[in-house]
Amino acid sequence: MKPFRRISSRIVPLLERDIDTDQIIPARFLKVTTREGLGDHLFEDLRRNPDGSLRPEFVLNRPEFREAVILLAGENFGCGSSREHAAWALSGHGFRVVMSRSFADIFYSNALKNGLLPLVLSGEAFARLAQAGGSGEEIHVDLPQRTVAWSDGSFTFTIDSFAGLCLEQGTDQLGYILGFEQQIAAYEAKQGAGGGS
Amino acid sequence: MSLRTLFDKIWDAHVVVATPAAPALLYIDLHLVHEVTSPQAFDGLRSRGLNVRRPERTVATVDHSIPTVPGGLADPMAAAQIDALERNSREFGIRLFNVDDPRRGIVHVIGPELGLTQPGMTIVCGDSHTSTHGAFGALAFGIGTSEVEHVLASQCLLQQRPRTFEVRFEGALDAGVTAKDMILGLLSKIGVSAGAGHVLEYTGPVVRSLSMEQRMTLCNMSIEGGARAGMVAPDDVTFEYLAGRPWSPEAFDGAVTRWKTLPTDAGALYDRKVSFDVTGLTPMVTFGTNPGMGMSITGRVPDPDQCGDAGARSALGKALQYMGLTPGEPLLGRSVDVVFIGSCTNARLSDLREAAHVFRGRRVAKGVRTLVVPGSQAVKRQAEEEGLDRVFKSAGAEWRESGCSMCIAMNGDEVRPGEYAVSTSNRNFEGRQGRGSRTFLASPLTAAAAAVTGRLTDVRTML
Repeated sequence: MKPFRRISSRIVPLLERDIDTDQIIPARFLKVTTREGLGDHLFEDLRRNPDGSLRPEFVLNRPEFREAVILLAGENFGCGSSREHAAWALSGHGFRVVMSRSFADIFYSNALKNGLLPLVLSGEAFARLAQAGGSGEEIHVDLPQRTVAWSDGSFTFTIDSFAGLCLEQGTDQLGYILGFEQQIAAYEAKQGAGGGS
Repeated sequence: MSLRTLFDKIWDAHVVVATPAAPALLYIDLHLVHEVTSPQAFDGLRSRGLNVRRPERTVATVDHSIPTVPGGLADPMAAAQIDALERNSREFGIRLFNVDDPRRGIVHVIGPELGLTQPGMTIVCGDSHTSTHGAFGALAFGIGTSEVEHVLASQCLLQQRPRTFEVRFEGALDAGVTAKDMILGLLSKIGVSAGAGHVLEYTGPVVRSLSMEQRMTLCNMSIEGGARAGMVAPDDVTFEYLAGRPWSPEAFDGAVTRWKTLPTDAGALYDRKVSFDVTGLTPMVTFGTNPGMGMSITGRVPDPDQCGDAGARSALGKALQYMGLTPGEPLLGRSVDVVFIGSCTNARLSDLREAAHVFRGRRVAKGVRTLVVPGSQAVKRQAEEEGLDRVFKSAGAEWRESGCSMCIAMNGDEVRPGEYAVSTSNRNFEGRQGRGSRTFLASPLTAAAAAVTGRLTDVRTML
């Protein structure tokens, strides 16, 4: 996983609340056996007409946001299905940060495992960044410093320290888990054949 | 010993490593696997040279993208996923209930019916409706594919301890009102994110009176309230359901003795509580594009202008526009194009019996495409033994093979753009049942009533 340090970008504002993972990546694109290529279908039904042509009014299709890697979304982003394809589609498109007032639990966990920073905002910060999104202003996210800054202001954010560290270092969580082999084996021995139940 | 909730007891018994600096390492008793969210996880194991740590605690089946027409062929991409699961199961020594296996079905239907799902267990699957298994007093939740790989390799997951949330149902249900109406009623009250960061425990006399299948319907849609898991404490109803199932413990009485220690201690505290009185609850139907947008079948579509907060106003306005509904209009009598009776929410035998009760001696209305898709091949066989298939077929409904089918619309069973479907599934998201599909979520009784009349109908007038 790519370590996450600092990112500067415009903000893509997609301010509706409760954007579900079926919006992020419709189920018909889940018939894949790899993680690749899903970025092409990110927000497919919002981004394209049924004939495949782009819907110019959709925010992601606006030329000023072509290079943007920060998404600002309404509360409860990523609700619904557990599909990690949602995180793969966002990072496949190039996003590195999703900011929202709140995230659905499974999406939040999936994002962290894919080098995608889910950043929880206060109401005040959300309002200010929505404004920045609208004006195309560039903002700066610094994960080690836990700051978000723009031309004339900044705020600090919090993230669970383990999650933050894993993102900063690009830590492979499975490697970390396997480091507990002895404890896992001891747990299993204690439970016996009946297991943990 | 301090007083503990059902959740606390299961969590505490499964913590392998607890350190202040990191989430807990939690042991997983049962890992259910399906074709859509697992291929990348198995590839990950191969690329690291890892094995599946406990293949006997891992069970796979195919459900999401398989055809429901007998002998039907999956499209080439879906077929490649099914092939991959077959190959991965063989290579890693995992039991697979494949397409031709009589035990296959929707993963959340077969776990319980095979007795794999048991009280006190931790259960995960790369599917958000894993919450269904909580009906047995298990801690069961959906995970992403990276976590599927973690569990395959280590039988463990890194997890922050969630908070507890008691949902107490008071009162008693009227005839024609079901567990599906209870959960749609609850969601219409608490919304789709109230449960985030929490595990729900459903309590109260109404919950005790529900069958296991109804409890599964309730727990299934916990995720629709934002909670990864929902639970019901095990009791005699649970133990009777599990007795004699193929994977139920051999020393059953001993297991029951252990399971009886699981329910929440009297006086134990939850982090949050809500109570919901089902007295006077009517059949429910959703009008919008998330499962929290539900109302009484006899009610009127809400008006965005009545919403206090701007976010809710805009979300409701957008949903009504997508659904083609007008504020203030009644839903009773609105014509529908498709009826889907199926999914991990409502495709067990009792659901099919309820639907058949409405269909018996009646015909599906002209022009309404009606699919009845059993939750598993075992449910299909039982339904056929009871003659339910003949009731559906003679009414003019299609009787299919088991699978997720039109709930997620990955297998060719889909609602066409702009069509209205009454569906017993769990999600009414934009495009969920096919691009442009418009979904009314409801109970099997309400769905069957709509199939017969061709309109949204109060099923209580037909019972």
